[in-house]
Amino acid sequence: MRSWMRLILNLEFWILNPESMIMIALVDYGMGNLRSVEKALQRVGGKVRAVRDAGGVAAAQRLVLPGVGAFGDCMKNLAAQGLVESIRDFVRSGRPFLGICLGYQLLFEESEETAGCAGLGLLPGNVIRFPAGLPLKVPQIGWNNLRFRRPDCPLLRGVPDGSHVYFVHSYFPCPAEASDVCTETDYGMPFASMVWRGRMFACQFHPEKSQDVGLKMLENFVQL
Amino acid sequence: MLTKRIIPCLDVTNGRVVKGTKFLELRDAGDPVACAEEYNRQGADELVFLDITASSDNRRTMVDVVERTADCCFMPVTVGGGIRSTGDFRIMLNAGADKVSVNTAAIFHPGLIKEAAIRFGSQCVVVAIDAKRVPGADGRWEVYTHGGRKPANLDAVEWAKKIESLGGGEILLTSMDADGTKAGYDIELTRAVSEAVRIPVIASGGAGELAHLCRVLDEGKADAVLAASIFHFGQYKVADVKRHLQAQGIPVRL
Repeated sequence: MRSWMRLILNLEFWILNPESMIMIALVDYGMGNLRSVEKALQRVGGKVRAVRDAGGVAAAQRLVLPGVGAFGDCMKNLAAQGLVESIRDFVRSGRPFLGICLGYQLLFEESEETAGCAGLGLLPGNVIRFPAGLPLKVPQIGWNNLRFRRPDCPLLRGVPDGSHVYFVHSYFPCPAEASDVCTETDYGMPFASMVWRGRMFACQFHPEKSQDVGLKMLENFVQL
Repeated sequence: MLTKRIIPCLDVTNGRVVKGTKFLELRDAGDPVACAEEYNRQGADELVFLDITASSDNRRTMVDVVERTADCCFMPVTVGGGIRSTGDFRIMLNAGADKVSVNTAAIFHPGLIKEAAIRFGSQCVVVAIDAKRVPGADGRWEVYTHGGRKPANLDAVEWAKKIESLGGGEILLTSMDADGTKAGYDIELTRAVSEAVRIPVIASGGAGELAHLCRVLDEGKADAVLAASIFHFGQYKVADVKRHLQAQGIPVRL
């Protein structure tokens, strides 16, 4: 189906079912805690609902994909709940999407964490681990700063270049398309800490744990 | 650049902060959530809640504290004390904790570290080590359990390596010799553990003045510092500590 047709169908769905419209859908696929993300989005004016099936994703105006745990387990759970195709459809429809932490990594083709497991494949590139040869503590845990590559990104509105955000991760994506990289962060080497393509946004850090800076980004997302 | 973390720790029993804080601006300085909000305002990098009684009756109260904190503080929160199973991990993570700290149970059942790391990810598994210097031995520390009451017959550095190999994501290292003395962290212990593992180490026990925090981050190679009394009694604000560290060339988030 062409994306404009899908969009019209979706619009029709919203108009005919105003009650079923979800301002922000938070994908709940059994991988832990949604509470922090939910509370942070509410703090900045979002009306949030957890969704567990394809119907919920389709009815969303905006979609947030959080995630903790392992790459393979997450993909398995998404598949078991019939969410893989609906998330792909959602992103292709051009509605605002935000992936956080593992929800960012899942957008890519595959990850070193779970060999042979395909990701959502919405962005070209792979997810790798911080190399063993570097004198680094892994996971990276703590506050590191952003270097803006695309300061025009709507999520960065009102956020100063160089701001610190909170990271907890051992793996990170390497986008194959340089223009997808929105911010970079240095940990032993520079890596893509945030990507942006169209209305698809995703970050390795946790905006919901990054105090005022993170809340500002979430507010920008809610107001898209 | 990754910054060094400054982490206030709140000891909680029956839903109240033990010994209390002396925040003049708070109406109830014994309320852990009010204290958490104050540290959030001050720009603390993380927060640790330690349930020091950790009875099952207390569990529900602690869950409530974590839930209410997660509702208003958008910063990382670790909770520890009396964690015995992956079920306990699940309860605390669902309440809104980002990391769960385990101590005694991990020593008696090291498989817990592995199980929790597989189920919830290494990033949320903090293993606390209470270590005491072995008298007469040069640079050896023994691990203690049950809040520092019983020796575990484990070498602290060896145990730290084991924790890493089992999938622990971080070590919260308390020097029992230094704890409560306000005479400074055990630099040698912290350095020995931090250099033996590739996971982050949080130094704890002994903070009395700003120079102590600086030394353990620099010479002790700690990735983060935990402190209680220097913050609770209003001696220093988190920002005072960070400005001092920055002036000494230590990367911090201001």
